[in-house]
Amino acid sequence: MRFGVVRFPGSCDEVDALLACRRFGDADLLWHKDRDLDGVDAVVVPGGFSYGDYLRAGAIARFSPLMETVIEFAREGGPVLGICNGFQVLCEAGLLPGALLPNRSLRFVCRQVDVVVENPDTPFTRACARDQVLSVPVKHTTGRYYAPGVPEEQVVLRYAPGHNPNGAQDDIAGVCNAAGNVLGLMPHPEHAVDPLTGSADGGRLFESLARPEAAGSAGRAGFGIAPVA
Amino acid sequence: MSASALAPHRELGLTDSEYEAIRARMGREPNALELAVFSLMWSEHCAYKHSKKLLGKLPTEGPHLLMGPGENAGVVDVGDGLAVAFKVESHNHPSAVEPFQGAATGVGGILRDIFAVGARPIAVLDSLRFGELDSPRSRYLFDWAVKGIGHYGNSIGVPTVGGEVSFEPAYEHNCLVNAMCVGLARKERLIRSAAAGVGNVLVLLGARTGRDGIGGASVLASAELSDEDASKRPSVQIGDPFEESKLIECCLELLERETLASLQDLGAAGLSSSSSEMASKGEVGLDLDVARVPLREAEMEPFEIMISESQERMLCVVEPERLEELLVVCDRWDVRATPIGSVTDTRRLRVFDGDDLVGDMPVEALVDDCPLYDLEPERPSAPIYPDPPARLAGDEGREETLMALLGAPSIASKRFVFEQYDPIVGSRTVRRPQAADAAVLALANDGGNGAIAVSIDGNGRRVACDPYTGAVEAVLECARNLACVGAEPLGLTNCLNFGNPEKPHIAWQLTRSVEGLRDACLALGVPVVGGNVSLYNEGGGGPIYPTPIVGMVGSLPDPGSVPRIGFAQDGHAVALVGPFEPALDGSELAKLRGRLGDSLPAVDLAAQARALAELRKTVRGGGLPTAHDISEGGLAVALAECCIEGGRGASIDGLEASDEAIFGEGPGGVVIAGPREAVEAVAGARVIGTVGGEALEVNGALSVPVVQLRDAYEGAIPAAFA
Repeated sequence: MRFGVVRFPGSCDEVDALLACRRFGDADLLWHKDRDLDGVDAVVVPGGFSYGDYLRAGAIARFSPLMETVIEFAREGGPVLGICNGFQVLCEAGLLPGALLPNRSLRFVCRQVDVVVENPDTPFTRACARDQVLSVPVKHTTGRYYAPGVPEEQVVLRYAPGHNPNGAQDDIAGVCNAAGNVLGLMPHPEHAVDPLTGSADGGRLFESLARPEAAGSAGRAGFGIAPVA
Repeated sequence: MSASALAPHRELGLTDSEYEAIRARMGREPNALELAVFSLMWSEHCAYKHSKKLLGKLPTEGPHLLMGPGENAGVVDVGDGLAVAFKVESHNHPSAVEPFQGAATGVGGILRDIFAVGARPIAVLDSLRFGELDSPRSRYLFDWAVKGIGHYGNSIGVPTVGGEVSFEPAYEHNCLVNAMCVGLARKERLIRSAAAGVGNVLVLLGARTGRDGIGGASVLASAELSDEDASKRPSVQIGDPFEESKLIECCLELLERETLASLQDLGAAGLSSSSSEMASKGEVGLDLDVARVPLREAEMEPFEIMISESQERMLCVVEPERLEELLVVCDRWDVRATPIGSVTDTRRLRVFDGDDLVGDMPVEALVDDCPLYDLEPERPSAPIYPDPPARLAGDEGREETLMALLGAPSIASKRFVFEQYDPIVGSRTVRRPQAADAAVLALANDGGNGAIAVSIDGNGRRVACDPYTGAVEAVLECARNLACVGAEPLGLTNCLNFGNPEKPHIAWQLTRSVEGLRDACLALGVPVVGGNVSLYNEGGGGPIYPTPIVGMVGSLPDPGSVPRIGFAQDGHAVALVGPFEPALDGSELAKLRGRLGDSLPAVDLAAQARALAELRKTVRGGGLPTAHDISEGGLAVALAECCIEGGRGASIDGLEASDEAIFGEGPGGVVIAGPREAVEAVAGARVIGTVGGEALEVNGALSVPVVQLRDAYEGAIPAAFA
């Protein structure tokens, strides 16, 4: 399994995501100006403030050259995981339903929260049990998910009762597309892969992707462009 | 030129004799640009003219030191080929004028100091002081300063791992915003700022230059704020963390490729100070052309370009044959890079506007020749500060007193603050805010074996009571916080926040505090690696409390066994360790009862140093899940915090039930808890009780359910904003 982690200017958690992926497979960074995914099996769009998040969170990143390829990759069924700013980017790109609004508090919030696995039948949660509770941190200003009419089966993760940090609709913490190959979530699983730094629960998402049956896009052509350091 | 440039030297903050000295060194009348540059380089902020002699008393040598004062940041060796750079700096006056941008650019500025030495910023800590929270203005300054710190730190991907906030009437007109940054580098990647190599190219990196922050150093940082401070708003800089984030990655890649000959950040006084300091350290001259500087607005005057404090800019020196490589890397990161001059052998800073020479100054005169002043300290014969307003009558029961202390904003939980910061980005943070006495960052992903611990501390009210002992205590508290996580201090950085040093009583506070810092550092064997001085902190209400802020970095071998603040398990024994002689002088309780006091009990530094070493040894031995230092509010507050964080009560029975014993303060005391045999094996441990139950019970003198303790502790600051 080879993960590709997108690096935009202004990304913050791309190295954290890279380190998390490398616990479960090979992983490299993908540069925002490139158009080639270098043959990776799954793409992670990490947290941060891509292009400064000026205009609107995720609004500029969605138009980067690399994202055009990521959108194509996702439409062909390749697994794409968007974390925090990555979730915002995927919503802006139209790969996921709904939008992320400013937190109800209108403040940045960082705290460890419990999230419940609502749908274990996705490439991202197959290592989890239904209703399994994961302890994972959130950290964002624009994380209030809003998607009227989002189908219940697309709700993959929900904040545990009392843990909704931002006023998200129906306590939704993570949502996938109808095909199930694109997941966006506000909590940061890459910051929960080691008990030493708080929790290892987030590792289940990367582990799920790394399971052989998840590597649906294995064999996707590698075009031989050197990964960006 | 605009009117301000033609204003006489006095308006630029120079005295008549300083102006004469400049004329003598120039051998002629300085022109307006030259005078503007001199006025900044000879300001308190850049030249430390009232503090340099005093700072010379501080010990700056230590076995782990790699770079000391004089570089952009101090650097210590943490083993495994790794170096840690760190520094604390103030952004007090800009934050008092515009708290959001003032605090944000305070963070941006200290980050640049760290990556200017080649280190990746891995942690930020902040020390904040405001007036009492029942003041609307203080709430506004506090709220927006916190938002500003979060805005910059969160956006740039550097975790804010710790800090402290307290509230005193003395900061009502002059809040303090001190930011500390810690960076990590492989030792061989460190770089100095001395410009080197005649003929090499001077390149300006980063943001365009605008009119923001013009004269910030002299106008804001070196004079007392008056009621017209709103009119100084144009002097406050505006931060852009996105620009800085690109700048960090770009500079670190250039350093990794060894493209640069030297690197320097642009801070106070902008191009003027960065260029002249690079030239001074390299014992060379620089020619630079302001017409080549990319501008944010058209038709800026040359002097404005020289003194602009626009943020997110760096200056570097590169060999001509490597310029192309530099430009390619900068283009990849979308960082603007503009050759603006070259290194010369003239020892002069020559400023061109295209072909016209518009300024020509001896580098040495700019950087080294500012007259240094002797302070004229005099111990005041009468109290400088009024007593704080009484909030407790003094006849309350102990339970009520404890609840009042836990709800005092200076003691209460700062969750409201730290939840607005990202403390975890970087994947190093082993202990987040309020989990342990110091933040702990593991270095495993960086090729290290252990971890570093960082803390920042200070207590201006106690320094106001006794400047010498208060400063000693600040160093001890910081070291004790490190010892509670098993870390050995490697170096110290400080920010001296004081009033107007030209006044004898402020000079006395400053002198005694520096002596206290010196003696404490010597006793602990910790060198001062650098720091910052912020003077003239006197608003409409008189001087601030004298506030030396101390930041320390330490190392520890095993991040896996670091104690926490919270009690871990019912049945654990609770014990006191350390030479703790609590007194009410200068305590939070004395403040709530409306007394400031004018003395503190003397401290036995040798005994304190021994106890710290002992505690560190104990913690490193493992098997001790809880360790928490006793500070504001005394033992009762420390025990309450252990209960709140652990979510369990404790029965304490080995104590004298006096206000002094329960609420008194003083250095040296630490609460530890763990399995009985482990606690009893700790040398000098005095077992005082047992963890368990749903209340904190002390001697039958007080019994409060932990949920009530938590409500008081966690609720106080949010209530001020409700």
